[in-house]
Amino acid sequence: MPVITYRDALGAAIREEMQRDDRVFLMGEEVAVYQGAYKVSKGFLQEFGEMRVVDTPITELGFAGVGVGAAMVGLRPVIEFMTWNFALLALDQVVNAAAKMLYMSGGQYKMPIVFRGPNGAALQLSAQHSQAWESWLAHIPGLKVIAPGTPYDAKGLLKSAIRDDNPVCVLEGEMLYNTKGEVPDEEYLIPLGKAELKREGEHCSIITHGKMVLVALQAADQLAKEGINIDVVDLRTIRPMDVEAIGESVKKTNRAVVLEEGWEMCGVGAQVVDYIQRDCFDYLDAPVVRVHQADTPMPYAKGLEKAAKPDLPKAIAAVRKVMYLD
Amino acid sequence: MATKVFMEALSPTMEEGRLVKWLKNEGDTVKSGEALAEVETDKAIMELVARGDGVLRKRLINEGDTAPVGTLAGVIATADENIDALVAGAGAPAPAAGAPTPEKVVATQQETAGASSIPRRAEESQGEASTPPQQKVAATPPASPGGGPAAPAPSGGNIQPPTGDVRSSPLARRLASERGLDLHSVQGSGPNGRIIKRDIEAAAAAGAAAPSAAAVTPSAPVIPREGDYHDEPLTSIRKTIARRLGESIGPIPTFYLTAEFDLTRVMEMRKAMTELGDQFKVSVNDVLLKATAVALSQHPEVNAHWLNDKIRYHNRVHLGMAVATDDGLIVPVIWDADRKRMSEISREAKELAKRARERKLKPEEFTGSTFSVSNLGMFGIDQFTAIINPPEAGILAIGTSEEKLVVVNGEPVVRSRVRVTMSCDHRIIDGAVGAKFLQTLRRLIENPLMLVY
Amino acid sequence: MTATRTEKKRKSDSAAATQQGDPTLNLELLRSMLLQRRFEERCAEAYALGKIGGFCHLYIGQEAVSTGALSMLRPDDYVITTYRDHGPALARGMTPRAVMAELFGRQDGCARGKGGSMHMFDTNTNFLGGHGIVGGHVPIATGVGFAIKYRGGDQVIVCFMGESVVNTGAFHEALNMAGLWKLPCVFIIENNRYGMGTALERASAIHDIYERGAAYNMPRNQCDGQDVFAVRQAVGEAVERARKEQIPTLLEVRTYRFMGHSMSDAVSGTYRPKSELEEYMKRDPITLLRTHMQEAGQLTDEQLQKLDEELKAIVQDSWDFAESSPELPVEALYEDVYADTTT
Repeated sequence: MPVITYRDALGAAIREEMQRDDRVFLMGEEVAVYQGAYKVSKGFLQEFGEMRVVDTPITELGFAGVGVGAAMVGLRPVIEFMTWNFALLALDQVVNAAAKMLYMSGGQYKMPIVFRGPNGAALQLSAQHSQAWESWLAHIPGLKVIAPGTPYDAKGLLKSAIRDDNPVCVLEGEMLYNTKGEVPDEEYLIPLGKAELKREGEHCSIITHGKMVLVALQAADQLAKEGINIDVVDLRTIRPMDVEAIGESVKKTNRAVVLEEGWEMCGVGAQVVDYIQRDCFDYLDAPVVRVHQADTPMPYAKGLEKAAKPDLPKAIAAVRKVMYLD
Repeated sequence: MATKVFMEALSPTMEEGRLVKWLKNEGDTVKSGEALAEVETDKAIMELVARGDGVLRKRLINEGDTAPVGTLAGVIATADENIDALVAGAGAPAPAAGAPTPEKVVATQQETAGASSIPRRAEESQGEASTPPQQKVAATPPASPGGGPAAPAPSGGNIQPPTGDVRSSPLARRLASERGLDLHSVQGSGPNGRIIKRDIEAAAAAGAAAPSAAAVTPSAPVIPREGDYHDEPLTSIRKTIARRLGESIGPIPTFYLTAEFDLTRVMEMRKAMTELGDQFKVSVNDVLLKATAVALSQHPEVNAHWLNDKIRYHNRVHLGMAVATDDGLIVPVIWDADRKRMSEISREAKELAKRARERKLKPEEFTGSTFSVSNLGMFGIDQFTAIINPPEAGILAIGTSEEKLVVVNGEPVVRSRVRVTMSCDHRIIDGAVGAKFLQTLRRLIENPLMLVY
Repeated sequence: MTATRTEKKRKSDSAAATQQGDPTLNLELLRSMLLQRRFEERCAEAYALGKIGGFCHLYIGQEAVSTGALSMLRPDDYVITTYRDHGPALARGMTPRAVMAELFGRQDGCARGKGGSMHMFDTNTNFLGGHGIVGGHVPIATGVGFAIKYRGGDQVIVCFMGESVVNTGAFHEALNMAGLWKLPCVFIIENNRYGMGTALERASAIHDIYERGAAYNMPRNQCDGQDVFAVRQAVGEAVERARKEQIPTLLEVRTYRFMGHSMSDAVSGTYRPKSELEEYMKRDPITLLRTHMQEAGQLTDEQLQKLDEELKAIVQDSWDFAESSPELPVEALYEDVYADTTT
């Protein structure tokens, strides 16, 4: 099976969908002439022309709204945010318009739109450029939120997102774009709302998504050497969340660590823990432990940044804690 | 926040306690875990410890007074905290779950040493006790110091405070409920003593019922292990025997087998050992204990417990040893007696007897026997029948050893002899089974060198 | 004033003059405006009776804008507006029944009772909604314009907004892209002088706000919003420019609301004196049109009374219909959150 980067997997997903359906177009800053700020849309302008690969001014609120308007009348926009940090300026369109259009129109106006871009911290980008927004977005009924952690998932999920008749927020990762993985040539789709058990183990579950999937897998590898076998549940979709998969895993292992990139307060992990206490209360042998970013803005200094970010040692420590090993 | 001091159940069977002596005065600063008072339980004098930090503001039970378990005995609080409301409720037992009521107190100390062989224990009064035998198992701490990840047991005993407050994981609660285990009987190994899955599994493996299964002696901490015993469901014939004989004779259909053993070689052995030095001196009783233990290890069918719906056959031998005290009988336990050397048995028997008389035994030192021995030889009793210590299958009553004229090879000779009588629970032991056990015991006692084999 | 504007305005005057002579058309315009008026008078009553809840922003006084503008559109064109949307919805041809039932929160409302006063939507008339966030719908209008161009169509989108919108970022972002990409959008500022209680002069650095279009190289114009003919003239030009040349327009229509900002706000008070209100009410758009028609001999008193009775009956019917329409069952709460479809 060909091994390609996460970046190319995303590009392939959009390209295939644009080839398949001429209502699909890509819009955002630097997507066309510049070939994509992160080169996801490399070659697109040449292939599809400037009406379907649209460079916008730096005007997040504006072009997000353009996407909403286009989606209302039948197009299928893929709106690229250079990062989700900038998308904050566009949240009125994402939350007040896209998420609610179907509902407040009593089911009349569908909103087949994708908002995508890198999410969370890269390296030393400090406070305003290092934020993980999934809990904000997942809070909103009407939105779907996906966070693929591997190239295979990135392609399969993004294609499904583009075909979905609902607004889908795709949280990618700057640090993921260069990661590689097997992606088949033939077409495939990954349904939204389905988690994947990325590793099977009986001692403890790590429930995670996005960039932290790799961390969880590394933790599982390392802990396996000590004879601790981890069930790694990759949510893949934050909303709608695969509550069944969470329950299945935790009922098996009786212990869970929830690993996420964002902050603790009202984070995705908080929701996961809630599902666990609802569905797995009588199966829990220890309180669930969460791993997340420190409750501070992201600092610039290397050492502080490391201290703030969730990482492999923290994930392992959390497993040990939930296993009562320390 | 104030901490209430309750009269705690300091032994598995304790339902009330006499406050012998306060170790702290009102106004003294106390730390959690620190001894507050000495309490005489039905078995021993135990320490009542503080469950919180602060100042002992109030002592609510007078020295010498007896109070039911759960009675408010004192209040620990900060120096200036208002405790009026707490003190106002003094005198009545806390409405704690599972706290026995005074009416249920079983008179355990009325028997005298001579009149009966064995003190009754809680199991004997099952019908009136509020907890089934299974629940008592774990009133003892399964874990030993350094024996794995277990949290230290609360000092002064393994009994949960009578608040009904057991920390446990939801999973542990579900598993316990599925397996019919009472969480109060399980010692938690999680943070702050939280009972977690592995504790339930250990408790279930250790067996639901036997008080023995988890008890320890300080000298030989015992961790219950898988394979310590196996359970066998009752066959229909056993059920019928149990029912029919029970109707005939009482709850425990007992029969008695008496045998007289020749002690010549035991005496020779004692003499030879004593000649090697005082440190090698052993008593006849020590030899009999050791021999009984070894015989039991060869006859698991006798080393068994009656659990109503099944018989538990123990693979380990924990030998109960009846000791007379001024207050009554108590049965300290020599753990794994079959595996202990004679010297260990001798030393332990002496130590346990001494501590029993001083009433300093800890609960785990007088619970958990798989079979018991009672010896009234020192009182010149030729032979007697002892009452079975339930749920054990039998008890061996040892009379005095004396020189007797016997016929050997047609010749009258003087020999040192001892008479033993085994009381057998017919529900478990049939006549022939008991007889075979005594056969083995005879072989060992009459050929004590076998004990070193 | 720019040359462009002056020129356009002159053109408007002449075009409007030619249209004013058509009695059939004028009767239609009057009918549309009077329907909105009678409808909203009953809305106020229903609100007072608790049959309508939430925010309820009435359009009374501004009917010439909706009627004038939307009378220039084709059925396949698009309309999007603010939360003050009952008037435009009716002027666009949505049925009084669907609008009233929506206001009553009933199943037969245009949005099944899920939108309410501020969120009238109708796919049949390409009515893209009333939107509740000031400025939020303007980029959406640009997006619709983008979609029209993307598909190579010749439709236009008319986007109504209040004058306070011009101070939001969304307005500038949206107009910039419409101007940059030459999209078939007609942005109509209904300048009713007050953003809630804040006068335009207290909110905007310039007072001829159509001039903001200069920043986006966009044709711009200003007209009298109480004169339905003037509105038709100005919008007609903008629509034609959008349809034929794909050039957007920013049109400032000067009007006045005769009611408070919403049903829960005072009609006049600290922010505008009663005398000002009374002065403006002398230029009631319906009175102006009626007078014009009567003076031109296009409308008798009898005809007018008959029309009024008819419209009142239609509004009463919409009320009765709304009241008899069931509320959605609670199970419907979770419907319409997500479309269960993909392509």
